[in-house]
Amino acid sequence: MKSVKDWIKKISKKPLFLPLFSVFLVLVINVIYDAVQGNYIFSFFTFELKEGALYGRIVDILNRGSEAAILAIGMTLVVSSSGGTDISVGSVMSLSGSLCCMLLAGFGVTHVRGPEELQMPIWVGAVAGIAIAGVVGLFNGFLVARMKIQPMVATLIFFTAGRAIGLLLTNNKMVYILLDEFKWFGLGKTWIFPTPTVIAAICIALMVLVLRFTSLGMYVQSVGINPRASRIAGINSAAIILLCYVICGLYAGVAGIVATSRIYSADSNNIGLNLELDAILAVALGGNSLGGGRFNLAGSIIGAYTIQAITTTMYALGVAKAQAPVYKAIIVILIVVVQSPAVKAYFAHRKAQRESLAIAGRS
Amino acid sequence: MKKKSINNHTILLLITVGLFIILYGAGYISYGVIETKGFEKLQTFLDILRTNAALICIACGMTCVMLTGGIDISVGSLVAMDCMILAVGMEYQEISPTLLVPFVLLIGIVFGAVMGYLIGYLDIQPFIVTMAGMFFARGMTAMICTDQVNIAKSNWFKDLAAIKVYMPFDIGAVVNKRGVKMVPYVNVAVLIALVVVILVFLMLRYTRTGRSMYAVGGSHTSAALMGLNVKRTKMITYILSSFLCSIGGICYCMNTMCGTTTQALGLEMKAISSAVIGGTLLTGGVGNVFGSFVGVLINGTIQSIVSFNADLTRLGGTVPNVVSAFLLFLFIMLQAVFAKLRERKQG
Repeated sequence: MKSVKDWIKKISKKPLFLPLFSVFLVLVINVIYDAVQGNYIFSFFTFELKEGALYGRIVDILNRGSEAAILAIGMTLVVSSSGGTDISVGSVMSLSGSLCCMLLAGFGVTHVRGPEELQMPIWVGAVAGIAIAGVVGLFNGFLVARMKIQPMVATLIFFTAGRAIGLLLTNNKMVYILLDEFKWFGLGKTWIFPTPTVIAAICIALMVLVLRFTSLGMYVQSVGINPRASRIAGINSAAIILLCYVICGLYAGVAGIVATSRIYSADSNNIGLNLELDAILAVALGGNSLGGGRFNLAGSIIGAYTIQAITTTMYALGVAKAQAPVYKAIIVILIVVVQSPAVKAYFAHRKAQRESLAIAGRS
Repeated sequence: MKKKSINNHTILLLITVGLFIILYGAGYISYGVIETKGFEKLQTFLDILRTNAALICIACGMTCVMLTGGIDISVGSLVAMDCMILAVGMEYQEISPTLLVPFVLLIGIVFGAVMGYLIGYLDIQPFIVTMAGMFFARGMTAMICTDQVNIAKSNWFKDLAAIKVYMPFDIGAVVNKRGVKMVPYVNVAVLIALVVVILVFLMLRYTRTGRSMYAVGGSHTSAALMGLNVKRTKMITYILSSFLCSIGGICYCMNTMCGTTTQALGLEMKAISSAVIGGTLLTGGVGNVFGSFVGVLINGTIQSIVSFNADLTRLGGTVPNVVSAFLLFLFIMLQAVFAKLRERKQG
């Protein structure tokens, strides 16, 4: 009995405990729901192959959560290095998607129905979209790192302007690219997996490799904990912060192309709407402090998929899309309250009291 | 006589006011003097106030929150929820506004108290808590009703919103083509907003709570060592913000007379950018309600100029966003330069 208690105590101190625990809760709710509905209990976990593509609820969650996961990677670095959040990512997604579609279709053209109407190869458009996101990241990074402006204010500029510039680029219209090659990024499949999951996996793998084989991760954490001390220790703090914002921007660009391809059109008003909040939430759920410093990439990514799992589960439970935020808010509050230092201190105090009472009772 | 030195923050405020004058002057000359489209009329200025009355109230609350070093991004959703409660209450439930208006204000206080408790006493990051508040309020709006509800039934709230408060002594009155004298007017929402600005200004300057907000924002530790109740001050700030936001919601409802789920989207960012343009620092401790008020006016003037310019209007409703983002950029660069200058002076 004691060993179980110890085990729980030990495991609950692990940094990944909270995100994994939330995932576990979501799974349990799904299983209970299936049981109540009289479905096959483990239908949540089933996969099936239809026309060479993988289907299933987990695949769906992984697929739909791709953009948030990609954003969460960049956001983790930004939060860790600068102790602030990049709220422009959603807007930047829309900007990169708009630029991509505008380049492919030509300014003022609203429909591309055949390959012969394309103004340039699709990959050029996609790369340009990602590049402009990188430029925005550079701008944000310059403001934060060199001009020492609070991250939220600095990124507020492109939060306001990104979507608006996107709309100007597309001449205030929806630009449709009705080509299967373009739809591939968001709706296609690579082997049997949906392409977005593959893109997300590549993004994650790239970042993991960079963190493993370079000392970027350590530098980022050290800058986040104390920029001055890191500077004295010989780290170029400003350059590290700048780099983090550029990476965040580039990843936002990738997410933007995926999101645009999903609806095969540049819908500036809706692409990436409120996705920056999901990304920030994912970072917080992953057990990272929003005040900067130590970071846990795996936690953020699991956090992003957890949010998607919660959303998908809520839709499966029959919650209307517009009302889902209420439950999301309650879940968020519960999680952060459990994580908060005051509550932790309270429980530690209670425990200490109980122990001292027990000692007093014994003597 | 003691020479009063102008500190950097006063300069920032002066720059804000100066920019407003330049911007408004540019509009005045281009669309009032060169092309007589009516920008020169006093009514144009009053219309800026009228459309932004809600934003003025909200920006005041946001300034207080930012003074303590926090942020409140729930305001836009809270406005939507308030409007929906008012609209559904009056239209479907036929509840008298005499009950509904205090109820909405009470909701603001409770909403702020919960968020303030979580931020102040449980020490959770303001961004996350108010983001949850934002989700909650927006979702609640949809739970109450998903349709657009127009307030059509007549009651005193509707009459109040329709009242035109004319300028005294016919200031700025013009005679139109038909020979009718047009006296510029505002509505009740503007008066409410102006009263809010003055009250919050006085509160921040002369009351214990107001001074505590500056102290807490300047440095938590110093404030605590001074014997100030930091937690309580933070909680009060968020209550105040949500309360002012509810007042703003009522003003908003007076202008739109309807409730929809997509109402006031992005209003929180407008409020934040107004406060930043007005010289309030997000890190806390520095700022002024009057600056935020001018910040709102600057944003409103940009919108107004764009609506007067046919070329810009054709480009769509997003041009003001680009211009105001550019101004925001200009401002924070100025702030950064001043911060650097001061650092050099001290160091």
